[in-house]
Parts: sequence; C-alpha cells; structure tokens
Amino acid sequence: MSEATVQPTGPVLEGANDAMLARLIAHQRTMARIRAFEEAAAEAAAAGEVLGLVHPSIGQEAVAAGVCANLERHDLVTSTHRGHGHTLAKGADLAATMAELFGKASGFCKGKGGSMHIADFSVGMLGANGVVAAGIPIAVGAAQALKLRRLPGVAVTFFGDGATNRGPFFESLNWAALFRLPVLFVCEDNGFGSTTRNEAVSAGPGPAARAEACGVPARTVDGSDVAAVDEAAAALLAEIRASGSPRLLHARTHRFLGHTSIDAQGYRSADELAACRKSDPIAFNAARLRALGCADAEISAIAAAAGGEVAAAVAAARAAPHAPSHEAFADIQDIGGGLWR
Amino acid sequence: MALMTCQEAALAALAHEMQEDPTIWALGEDLGRGGVFGQYRGLQQRFGAERIVDTPISEATIMGAAVGAAMMGTRPVVEMRIADFALCAVDELVNQAAKARFMFGGQAKVPLVARHPMGTWKNLAAQHSQSLEAWWVHVPGLVVAAPATPADCAGLLKSSIRCDDPVVLLEHKDLWTYAAEVDEALPPVPLGVAECARDGRDLTLVTWSAARHLALAAADAAAATGIEVEVLDLRTLWPWDRGAVLGSVSRTRRLLVLHEAVQVAGFGAEIAATVAETLGSILAAPVRRLGAPRVPIAYAPPLEAVYRIDQGRVLATIQGLVRG
Repeated sequence: MSEATVQPTGPVLEGANDAMLARLIAHQRTMARIRAFEEAAAEAAAAGEVLGLVHPSIGQEAVAAGVCANLERHDLVTSTHRGHGHTLAKGADLAATMAELFGKASGFCKGKGGSMHIADFSVGMLGANGVVAAGIPIAVGAAQALKLRRLPGVAVTFFGDGATNRGPFFESLNWAALFRLPVLFVCEDNGFGSTTRNEAVSAGPGPAARAEACGVPARTVDGSDVAAVDEAAAALLAEIRASGSPRLLHARTHRFLGHTSIDAQGYRSADELAACRKSDPIAFNAARLRALGCADAEISAIAAAAGGEVAAAVAAARAAPHAPSHEAFADIQDIGGGLWR
Repeated sequence: MALMTCQEAALAALAHEMQEDPTIWALGEDLGRGGVFGQYRGLQQRFGAERIVDTPISEATIMGAAVGAAMMGTRPVVEMRIADFALCAVDELVNQAAKARFMFGGQAKVPLVARHPMGTWKNLAAQHSQSLEAWWVHVPGLVVAAPATPADCAGLLKSSIRCDDPVVLLEHKDLWTYAAEVDEALPPVPLGVAECARDGRDLTLVTWSAARHLALAAADAAAATGIEVEVLDLRTLWPWDRGAVLGSVSRTRRLLVLHEAVQVAGFGAEIAATVAETLGSILAAPVRRLGAPRVPIAYAPPLEAVYRIDQGRVLATIQGLVRG
C-alpha cells in the first residue's frame, strides 16, 4: 500500500446526534492535547531540554484517542517507544508526563525512565517500551493476571507495524487466543519500521491476516478517522468483554514526522509527505465537527486550551528539580538493595 | 527429619507456597505432566490448569507474560525447562523484568521466579548444558540463586517466590535426584546468605550449585593429607554473602573459588577480585579460581570431560595453595 491510499471517508457521519457530537468533541480535545504535547516535546528536544530520543506520534493521534475513549480506568495499556499519545489518552496527567520527558523528579518515573519508559500505573498505563514488540506479551500476561484474579478489565497493547515481524507478536497472538484472554491488539500501522518501509520487509497480506491465522478476529480501519477508530474499537472491545477472547485492530495511519524528532525523513519525498499530511486526523475531525454544526470558535478553543495546558506543563517541568542523585540507587531491588558492587 | 531428593523437596515447597497464596501460579512447557524433571508432578491435578499452565514453546512470551502478570498482582513461577532455552527470553528477563521497577520510578515490582535448570547432565551437549549464572549476576535488578541441596532447593524456592524481586533460580539438572536429610517443614532459606558446608582452618573454598559436592569430596581427600578446607556454599550469587567469604578468608588466609561455569569472566572472578582487593595484604597465597575452559560443551564423554573439573584437580590446587 502506498502512503496516499488511505483517505478519510468523508466528513459527514451518518445518523449524527448530540451524543455523537459530544464524543467527537472529546476526541478532538484528546487529539489536540497529544498534538500540542508532542510539538512541545519535539521543540524541547531541539532546544536540548528533553534528552535522549523523542518519537512523536504526530499524525497518529486518532488511534490513541479512538481506542482509549472506550477504556475504563481499570483497563490496562502497554505502549511503545512512540507512546505519549497512548499515555495521555489513557488519562495520565499531562504535566507529570512532560516532567518525565524533562527528566525531573515530578515526572511519573522520577526522571528514571524518560520518554521511552513513561508509565502511570494509577491509570493502568503499564509502560511505554524501548524494545519493539516487548509490550505485547506484557499485556497478554497482565490480562492473564486479571483472569486469574477474577478481575474485570481488558488489556490493550499498542504496537507498530514494525512489531508485527517480531516473534513476540506471533507468540502472543497464539497465546491470547489459546488461553482466551481479554486482549485488544492494536497495530498502529504508519507504514514505517523506523526508517524502512514496512512493505519492503514484510511478506503476506499484513497484520489482520496474521492475527486471523492465529484465531484472533481482526478489523482494519482508517486510523486517521477518529470516529472510525472509535467505532471499531468499541465493537471489538464489546466482543472481548463479552467473550473474554482477544481481537486485533489494524489502524492504518500516518507518521508526519520522522522515526525520531531529529529524523529529517530524507527517505520520503516532499510529495509523499504533503500527501500524508492531508490525512491529518485533527483537521479531518475538525472539518467533520464543522459540518455537524460546531462553531469554528469552539474548535479553535480546544486547540488553544491544549496549547495553554502544555505551555504550563513545559514551564513547570523546566522549573522542577531533578531527583537527588541517590535516586539512581533506589527502586532497583529489595534483596541486595544497597549493594552496588 | 526426612530423606528427600531435590526434586521432591522443590515440588513440596512449590505446592506449599501455592496452597498458601492463590496469586502464585506456574507457567511453562509440559508442566501438566509434571515438568521435565518431575518438579511439578501432580500440581496441575491439585491446583488446576489455570495455575499450573501448560504453555506453547514460546519462551519470550512465557517470560514476557510473566512480567505483565507479576506487575498485576500475581507471583508467576516461570519454568524455562533448560537454562539454555532461557536465552530465547533474554529481552523479557533483562530489559523488562529486571528494569521495570527502576524505569517506572518504583511504580511496579516484578515478583517472579525464573527457574533455569542448569549444568551438565546426561551428555546433553552444547545447547542443554551451560552454566550462565554470571550473565544474570551482571544485570541490576535480578536476584540470582543456585541451590545445591534438597533443603536449599526447597528453601530458596520459597524465599524466591515470596520476595518481590525477579529471581533467577538456577537448579542444577544433575541434582534433581540427589537426596539428603531435610527438615520436613522445608523452612525458607534466606536469600543472600551462604552456608558453611564444612569447617576448616587452612583454606576457604567458595563454591555453589553442583560444585559444592565436588568441593566437599575434595575437602575430604585433603583432610586425609592433613589439610583442613572450609567449604562455603554461596547459595545466592546476587547478593552474595561477602561477609561470610571475607570472614572465612580472614581466618584461613587462602581462597579457592570453584565453579562449573566457564572460568573466563565467571562469577568466581568477582569473588577472587573482591578478596584480593579487600584482604590482599594478609593472604598467605594468591587467590585461585577453578572453572571450565572456555569451550562449548561437547557431547562425547571424553570430549565433555575436558569441560569438567575433577576431584584430582581440585585436590592438587588445594595442596598447591596450602603447601606452596
């Protein structure tokens, strides 16, 4: 599939009503917060205030927003190196997320994790991950624990198309189907594994077929259309909650920026990048909101509010202290804690 | 007291823990029929297939699922079948289990036990025989234990299950049928505490796992020549009981470390270096290590024998250290 083949299905939603409008506005808010957060993170990375590597999901926000809108607080999520969107959409505090990127004591992980290891267990966000596909079996095991403890909830594991060529993806599909575990596999297919086109390194018809081969029913959606993602995720999650068995959502989306915020994407043409930006999920949803009668002012207020919240988070993160250096020796292990050599 | 094998003691210990705590469960290949070494015999009938889980041959997901399940309030016992197969799940052990607590700033602990049946047994050759304890000791976040007796197999398994850290429990394949007297209560053995397996004044022999028995046999032979060897079984490799080692060497002023694993960069090097750094000025002889040559483990007995250390070599090394 070429990058330009996924087009939104048109701005007007069949049978739109007030509840649906409110939901689309909520999606707009979620996506705007993610967008503003990541733009600020990339800017802070360029300024040397955020270190390491930042992997923006700009262009992909509809997947996080549409899926997480269907989750309860007790539902669980595992994420990837490109995980800010999942974290925020699952309900993690934006300021503590930003503080973690700045490496500060007020971050979720006290600055020990950074962007690639962000987690907020209080909202069931069990961690971004620096290793491709590594979050998948963790989600599967978390679901197994829920089942063993007779607790409600599902585990959602977000991963990219690149992860579908790793063994843990195949193993976990088989495992979740075999043990009938409440897992939603969400493949965020932006077409690139790092800087390589996934189609150049992948055989066969893709993630949905791979899931179905393991007995996991799958759906493919336009991941740039938050309403489509929402509808598909709602349907799949309802099936999971009813049956206790896994499902896979294959969301085809677009990564506007590079693999990292410092990747200039020399491997993509200007035409391709321009075409992909036409599938902006935030602009698309805004157009739909306008078509449904939402005022421009209301839509721009959403973006402005997100921008203000993020600016405040950046200012707070900038001003916050680092954890004292003894924290580098804490949270390692109980047995033998205090022994470093 | 009762006579039990390591297999019987470990089985009884796991059954006891599972009876006491419903969040404990085990997962791995062939557990329903009792595990490869009988260390799970009868447990699926007793606790059900949801708590003694027969898994596909998917080591990465066995370990990865255990990480997720451990972070979500259960205590998985992960069976890796053969220690060498655990290498198919290194990311899940090293990058996930060992680091989750730290990376997430203490939001989660990962209370799991990874059981690695290690060591040479039945000429299983290069991919079923390794002793890789040094790899795991090198990784912050992991506890590493290697019992050598039925009491320790049971007691360290209990402590490993109860502890909130990820523990790599190295159970030697050649010891499953080894029998000894045990306290029938199979009390937990604290992690990080060595056992003095034999008192002696002339030399401290530090060892663990199956090499404990080789060390004791060599110490007996040395005693017949008038040399009294103190044998310390570390039992836990991280954290290791440096107080016991340094205390013993302070008295004997001689150290020999003996292990089955490859000597190069083996864990014996850490002990030897620590003793040399700490007690170098009082030593009566240079510290010595005995480990395997850095060769893959061969199949044919005469070739496999190259890898093994025999009692004669241990005795000769002891005599060389004491008599100069």
